[in-house]
Amino acid sequence: MSTFWRVVWIVARKDIAIEARSRELINTTVFFALSCVVVFSVSFVGEGGDGKALGDAAAGILWIAIAFSGTLALGRTFERERYGDTLRALLLAPGSRAAVYVGKLVGIVSLLIATEIVVVPLVALLFQAKLFDHFLLMAALLVLGTVGFASVGTLFAAMLARARSRDVLLPILLYPVTIPVMIAGVRGTSALLALEPQLDMARLWVTLLLAFDVVFVTLSLWTFEALMTE
Amino acid sequence: MRKAAFPLLAIAGVLFMTAPLVIARARYESTMGLVQKIFYFHMPPAMLMLLSAIFCGIVSAMFLVKKRPALDWMAYAAAELTVLYGAMAMVTGPLWARKAWGVWWVWDARLTMSLLMWMVFVSYLLLRRYGGAGSEILAAGLALFGMATAPFVYLSVNIWRTIHPLTSVVPTLPVDFALALWYSFAGFLLMYIALMMLRMSVEQQRAMLDRLYLESDE
Amino acid sequence: MSVDFLDVSITDLSRNFGRRRALSRVTFDCRAGEIVGLLGPNGAGKSTLLAIISTLATASAGEVRYGGRTARDAGSVLRSTIGVLSHDLHLYSELTAFENLVFFGRLYGVADAETVAGAALERARLGDRSADLVSGFSRGMRQRLALERALLHGPRLLLLDEPFTGLDDASTYALIARLRELRSAGCITLLATHDLDVAETVLDRAVILQDGRVSGTEPEVHGLRQRYQDRLRAGITS
Repeated sequence: MSTFWRVVWIVARKDIAIEARSRELINTTVFFALSCVVVFSVSFVGEGGDGKALGDAAAGILWIAIAFSGTLALGRTFERERYGDTLRALLLAPGSRAAVYVGKLVGIVSLLIATEIVVVPLVALLFQAKLFDHFLLMAALLVLGTVGFASVGTLFAAMLARARSRDVLLPILLYPVTIPVMIAGVRGTSALLALEPQLDMARLWVTLLLAFDVVFVTLSLWTFEALMTE
Repeated sequence: MRKAAFPLLAIAGVLFMTAPLVIARARYESTMGLVQKIFYFHMPPAMLMLLSAIFCGIVSAMFLVKKRPALDWMAYAAAELTVLYGAMAMVTGPLWARKAWGVWWVWDARLTMSLLMWMVFVSYLLLRRYGGAGSEILAAGLALFGMATAPFVYLSVNIWRTIHPLTSVVPTLPVDFALALWYSFAGFLLMYIALMMLRMSVEQQRAMLDRLYLESDE
Repeated sequence: MSVDFLDVSITDLSRNFGRRRALSRVTFDCRAGEIVGLLGPNGAGKSTLLAIISTLATASAGEVRYGGRTARDAGSVLRSTIGVLSHDLHLYSELTAFENLVFFGRLYGVADAETVAGAALERARLGDRSADLVSGFSRGMRQRLALERALLHGPRLLLLDEPFTGLDDASTYALIARLRELRSAGCITLLATHDLDVAETVLDRAVILQDGRVSGTEPEVHGLRQRYQDRLRAGITS
């Protein structure tokens, strides 16, 4: 068991170390998320010029930006492993191959959360959305939603690493499967932004996300080795 | 296996040809009138699509464990049939909904789940077609994950809102309705089984051809 | 329970991708203290064979036994006895030479990875470049580093895919010397190459693959180059 977590830690630490050096992924992912927010805002801001978004647009825009930038980050992370074919070197390590999956997952989730730390305040600012009034619930939605999205995304990106047309197949495969995360994230965020914040609804969404995370991380752990063997 | 498909298709054909008679004899539903009759062509494909999706997910999981080629053929056939039946349901559904309730589409739990399942299996077909070598195993993983997400989609949209007629419509249908419905269902089911057999035999023959090619080089 | 072994036997190994046959009934074995060559033109199936032996890929038929046990019997700890030097080198260009070795050392369970990495860098004559990013290394330097990476955990079985590509003479001789050291230490080395001059110098014996099939074995490598070219020519004209 300790070998498992040792491998997870080694792989995650390596990804974070490489990222800390060039900061390429974090910079490009954050900026892409910001462009998404701006582009969608322009499309969804209502008439009247007071900058208020239509209905739940702020929540929707936030989560779409996370999904889109997450997809790019996943693609880029595994692109790095393709360069020296290092993904195979990771799979050759003794011990459970699923530990490599978890290590990669930790890296991706860290990257996405770092992105959200920049993007969420920006959305709050642009839409005068009170995203920080119920900080713990908002954080729970973001963390659990990110883990849910990344759990499926990391598995799919890894299994597609050697496939043809992998760039476009990743979003095609990923988005339908992670729709529950989007629904829970957007509805939960809206519940918190409503005039009368619906804390119970938000808690319900958090619970759903937790269940999703447990199911899909488990499923990924079970299937990772089978899907990665050629 | 292929030969068994033809009698099934014949029976299904007979059922479909006589279905209009059975359907016409069924009582008119009180509020929707004639329009409701399209239900007999909408509900069976919709139900079979979901069953087919579940079937594909289960067979894909077995394929991941056992790696027997026949399981892969079954999964591929089931995925194609899911997309086909789903398309049938999603053409007849909006036509019925427009006339009956005035809207083409509504984002309720069951519809959204069905749409998502359909999309998952369309992406399955795209993966098989464009993913290159080794995509059978990847597609099996996708089918499994698609299955796992279905209840979550249903739950999350349910928590969000629900407008679709209650599931209990079928049991409470008067006998007249039920006969037409099960008659129709039998037709679609037999067609499903026949198509599945034909599709699997195509894959079987393709595998046999591959084997002959390989052996001829020995 | 130790998973160490003294021989690897490949029996009737086949692998097809649909209609394309990559390997067909490949059978041979190799023992400790041997350097066995896998010769053959491009597309002969050498890389596929090495992928299966390294447990990265599965076979359509046949089996590989490591000291009598299959990979499934031996479990994932078998991988601690296998070292791979692939054509793509398995190195992170964003890390330094030292960091690469320490990372893989730790990943493969090497105790005191830093010391071992330092010694490995000395052996690769890269001691003075240990803090430089691999992205700035020449092909030969990367190759030396990649070989040390493959050997960090002291594997019993060493699989090399075209290790002499792009090496200058000095690096080639250094690699040959290293392989001979490992042979004396009891390593089982399987080396895929199409460089026949070098092959004659370093191999103990050779297995020749053509179109996925073993088209011959060469227990005696002297004169290998001539016989191999004769065979190829015969294959082309027949």
